[in-house]
Amino acid sequence: MPTIVIDGEPYDVDGDKNLLETCLQLDKDLPYFCWHPAMGSVGSCRQCAVTQYQDENDERGRMVMSCMTPITDGMIVSLKDEATQEFRDSCIETVMTNHPHDCPVCEEGGECHLQDMTNMSGHTQRVYQGPKRTHRNQDLGPFINHEMNRCIACYRCVRYYQDYVGDTDLQAQGSGAKVFFGRHKDGALESEFSGNLVEVCPTGVFTDKTFSKHFVRKWDLQSAPSVCMHCAIGCNTSPGERNGTLRRIVNRYNGDVNGYFLCDRGRFGYDFVNDQRRLAEPLVQQGDSLDSTDRDDALAQYANLSADCEVIGIGSPRASLEANFALQQLVGEDNFYSGLASSEQALHQTSLTVLESTSALIASLRQVEQADAVLVLGEDILNTAPRLALAVKQATKNLGLNMAADARIPSWQAAAVKNLAQNQRSPLFMLTPAATRMDSIAQSCHNDVPANLARLGMAIANAIDGGAPGVNDLDDQEKELVAVIAETLKGASKPLVISGSGCFDVAVVQAAANISRALAAENDKAAIHLVLPEVNSLGLAMLCSKKPEADLNAAMKRTVDQVNGQAAVVVLENDLYRRAGKGLVDDFFDAAQSVVVIDSFHNDTTARAQLALPAATFAESEGTMVSSEARAQRYFAVHNTEGYVASSWKWLAELNKSVSWTHLDQLTAACANSSPLLAGITLAAPDREFRLNDQKVARQSHRYSGRGSATAHISVNETRVAQDDESALAFSMEGRQSNLPPALQPGIWSPGWNSNEAINKFQDEIGGHLKGGDPGIRLLDKATAGTQSGWFDSIPQKSMPGSQGYRLVPLHHIFGSEEFSSGSNAIAQRSPKPYAALCAADASALEVDQQGWLKVELNSGQWTLSVAVDDSLPRGVLGLPSGLTGLGGLQGAAYGGSASISKTQSPVIASDQTSGGGE
Amino acid sequence: METPLTQNIGPGKAPPNLAQYQANGGYEGLRNALNVSPEAAMDVVKESNLSGRGGAGFPTGLKWSFVPSGENSPTPKYLVANGDEMEPGTFKDRLLVEGDPHQLIEGMIISAYAIGASVGFIFLRCEYVLAAERCEKAIAECLENNLLGKDILGSGFDFELYVHGSAGRYICGEETALINSLEGRRANPRAKPPFPQVSGLWGKPTVVNNVETLCNVPHILRNGAEWYQNLGIGADSGTKLYGASGRVKTPGTWELPLGVPVRDLIEKHGGGMQDGYKMKGFLPGGGSTDFLTGEHLDLPMNYESIGKAGSRMGTGQLIIMDDQVCPVGMVLNLIQFFAQESCGWCTPCRDGLPQIQHLLEKLERGEGSWEELETLAEFPRFLGPGNTFCALAPGAVEPLQSALKYFKDDFDNHIKQKCCPYG
Repeated sequence: MPTIVIDGEPYDVDGDKNLLETCLQLDKDLPYFCWHPAMGSVGSCRQCAVTQYQDENDERGRMVMSCMTPITDGMIVSLKDEATQEFRDSCIETVMTNHPHDCPVCEEGGECHLQDMTNMSGHTQRVYQGPKRTHRNQDLGPFINHEMNRCIACYRCVRYYQDYVGDTDLQAQGSGAKVFFGRHKDGALESEFSGNLVEVCPTGVFTDKTFSKHFVRKWDLQSAPSVCMHCAIGCNTSPGERNGTLRRIVNRYNGDVNGYFLCDRGRFGYDFVNDQRRLAEPLVQQGDSLDSTDRDDALAQYANLSADCEVIGIGSPRASLEANFALQQLVGEDNFYSGLASSEQALHQTSLTVLESTSALIASLRQVEQADAVLVLGEDILNTAPRLALAVKQATKNLGLNMAADARIPSWQAAAVKNLAQNQRSPLFMLTPAATRMDSIAQSCHNDVPANLARLGMAIANAIDGGAPGVNDLDDQEKELVAVIAETLKGASKPLVISGSGCFDVAVVQAAANISRALAAENDKAAIHLVLPEVNSLGLAMLCSKKPEADLNAAMKRTVDQVNGQAAVVVLENDLYRRAGKGLVDDFFDAAQSVVVIDSFHNDTTARAQLALPAATFAESEGTMVSSEARAQRYFAVHNTEGYVASSWKWLAELNKSVSWTHLDQLTAACANSSPLLAGITLAAPDREFRLNDQKVARQSHRYSGRGSATAHISVNETRVAQDDESALAFSMEGRQSNLPPALQPGIWSPGWNSNEAINKFQDEIGGHLKGGDPGIRLLDKATAGTQSGWFDSIPQKSMPGSQGYRLVPLHHIFGSEEFSSGSNAIAQRSPKPYAALCAADASALEVDQQGWLKVELNSGQWTLSVAVDDSLPRGVLGLPSGLTGLGGLQGAAYGGSASISKTQSPVIASDQTSGGGE
Repeated sequence: METPLTQNIGPGKAPPNLAQYQANGGYEGLRNALNVSPEAAMDVVKESNLSGRGGAGFPTGLKWSFVPSGENSPTPKYLVANGDEMEPGTFKDRLLVEGDPHQLIEGMIISAYAIGASVGFIFLRCEYVLAAERCEKAIAECLENNLLGKDILGSGFDFELYVHGSAGRYICGEETALINSLEGRRANPRAKPPFPQVSGLWGKPTVVNNVETLCNVPHILRNGAEWYQNLGIGADSGTKLYGASGRVKTPGTWELPLGVPVRDLIEKHGGGMQDGYKMKGFLPGGGSTDFLTGEHLDLPMNYESIGKAGSRMGTGQLIIMDDQVCPVGMVLNLIQFFAQESCGWCTPCRDGLPQIQHLLEKLERGEGSWEELETLAEFPRFLGPGNTFCALAPGAVEPLQSALKYFKDDFDNHIKQKCCPYG
């Protein structure tokens, strides 16, 4: 370990880091703009200058950019040397010549890295009196504001957008002081990760447009540690609230999961919480309508509705473990059903089985980024688990990093690494039903129906390990592809297989399991990641693993066949019309004596309720979710619930007369005790009793304003702040603000560091894990030898699309396929309209083109859809978007089946195309 | 006096075709090189003391020797001729490429052979359309006669050569920005290390040499290192294209022994100042070098002496400022150019040069203040070597810092008289 001297003090430091990282890691304040911990150094802003001395006798030294300076043993540097301090001051002064003095109206103000660095550098007096250069701003779509006059040309945005993410429609244009960062013309940024520009930009050029609608300063936001609800990856977020409205989401660093970045669905999908369609009060059926009532009446109504009959509970993969467990306890294990259609239940149970018994590592996103060969089997990860896709993109850069290491170029020398590697990437294989936006960085891509992809996967496993079942009758092209992939994965030091439930095909998951098993036999770094569709899909699968057959179809069948008219059905946070065909669900509800629904929104299921109980969303409740890497994570209420709205688990605890759960912790503990799989969940975060110096953790910043003044014109008496009995957090600015356990850290702030750049102060090393450990607890990992699974040996028949109608495959959309985020305006603006996709040859055979319309008939319904020509689809395959509003009645179960399609006329009324509807 | 570089070049003279070029000894240097090993060819160039003619004067042979060699070294290797000649007051490379394209091509083939490059690019300033046409024509002749392409003259050495027109930025003259530009990226310079010889064009070993530098190579290989050393004056080797612009009687560019006195350039070759004008100062090597004055006229024009005098020989093309030119105006003119040509990558250059321009404009209009003059005087240090990402900004402020040293009165008078004293 090298020793260096900084301003006379010796330090033992990490020789792989650059001098800037080293100084920041030593908790020294050194200003910077262009360096970013995830993107390395390029040396453009010149802000991190320090003085380096040749030896003890060198009194003059020379100025170096710390971000571009490697650590050498014995090096002597000074941050306090007057010459470089002056230079840093001049640098800021120089960038500020063009920066407007608009902090009071700038949405970055208060969390602006430029403000912080200006203060740190000591530039306080403006000398320049000339004109400022101005730019024309662009409309970059519903997510991001563009205010180029504020730009200080640090180049972070384009480096993030092009180099880190790999998208191309944000560019540096022009030169000199007129350099412009934008698109070639106005239009929504194409990247799925554009929202991170808001945090990457050190000033207010790129700001959150959804936040603008209801903007408040960072210091006026109340925040809590939370988990993203919009897919199963479990990114850590820090939502901000003010006056009962959820205002925005920002990233909450987790070194194992999301690191510095979120996807746009996760960042901009929050607004559904503020939606008018929220259930605000308990509703009771009176004749044909649902009328509001109060809490006590609602509880009494439930007692009536559930008296003297079977109570059937329908759980949900979007509800917390505690809520599902509370429902399970309310209705009894025999009456609890998962709320998933049989086909999806089977998929999720298979995924759980694979993860429980895998001999490979279950890859966290950090581990994904370290992989040096990646096979994606069947999953359109960019749309079903976007943050995972961003991690895979980083994995493809490992070849370049290895080349750089061989050439003795340090990994943080971002531009040099890029220049050396050029277009050479670590191998990525994309085997998916249709082309994806990941394909351009893949070594090879192959599109086919899921059954055939599963066959390829099985063959790959067999090629790696002859003990795995083989596949006959592959054609020569397939054989070659299998050989190349098998050889590449086998030769890799950290091979990774990614698959998931996106194809709605169990065989695909089984094939991925076989490959990872084959790899793990020879390589203890081989890893697997299985994507699941919803935030708590894996948690629910764990809860249901003792009775995997207890799915929604079983509940419906039992109700209709056996307890017809004698069962009360309690549905927890689940719109069953998104899970099963309308006819089946209608029959189910018809057969129920009564339907009780606990949910946050009006939807088709609440419309069938005799009693609907208003549930808190993630922003007002707390609980535990299990992500696709089997990480149990606790999320906390950002703000208090209002009126009768309550956490689902609270409603369920109140409905249950046989238990006395007064706090979430009791439920969490009971849930943990219910299954060895879940035993670890109590460790996901400190419990409600946790205190630091007898204090709770403050959700509000110490600068939170207006607490007493908002109602001062009515009364100067301050009302008591809401009490949080469920966690160690307080709805208050009073309480601990620092040295918090990471799982209780509401937001990031450090003296002098008001932007999210403050995260440097919270990590064990720059870009490393959080001090105190990354939040969450892994429930599963590589299985011990005795419990590892055998081969899956059921190989699907070769699918010949076109032989019996069109074969249906799902097409996923980051914007539109997920239920919650679709309810947010900004996301809805980016969602596609329903469509039917097919290849050009099929389109021309049907005599339709991109402007044409098709009538699509399935067992579960029929739709008139506009044509989308996607030539990556094989012949005889029909791609339909998954989960889109407007394709109601099309559930996962339908995929894999076949459809008949025919040319039709454009619907007369435009709105018909989105009305969809089954039967 | 021998003038190997311009032996085929003269006013109104068409460039020699392949036959004419060969008739005058052309491609003999190449034949000599191919008869020996690449290492031996490189050694001849090392021994000749040829130094880079782009402005920095770095020894060419030493630069080549950093290219990794051997069987396991990365391939392909690239050789680039830097003809992005945008230095104010400089047109020597244009003269060489337009006047004798085969000389450059022969120099490139030999250099490529020495460093093991298999592909070469002639990177030309976008306005040099005629030069590009003549290069293309000469390359075609070479391809027809086995001087380019596979197995050149039966030696087993392969070399492809392409002409690439710049999109028109001063910064493309900086070798790493040139490489980015060739790759189709923004012409921002790259950080060194890694040096282009190790990781350059498309991440492969690359040598970028100035056109004039490469034009020396055929003659060195034809006539030997010793002959070349003797061309220069004193310790300097070879000849150099010198030039003078401004109000001299016969401005132009001339091939002269390296190390000729400055006075010769102005008085002998430039014909002295025009009647009624006195020399007030001169930029010795283009717009990005420090002013020198009458006291420096007897210095030899070489890298060392001019450097010691506080300037740089640069391209060796003098820009002469006479007594009726406003130094503030002249510096402003140059700063405007450099502010516009800044690539926009690093802060001091991107946002510093426009500030200097703003202050000089005010000063030139007679609206300047003493405080502003003080601020102005701080900029050369702020934009100095090491403070910026590349050498553009330090070069850009050289005329300003030296004008403040030699012509401070002129700056002061703009403030005192509240107008430009030169009218």
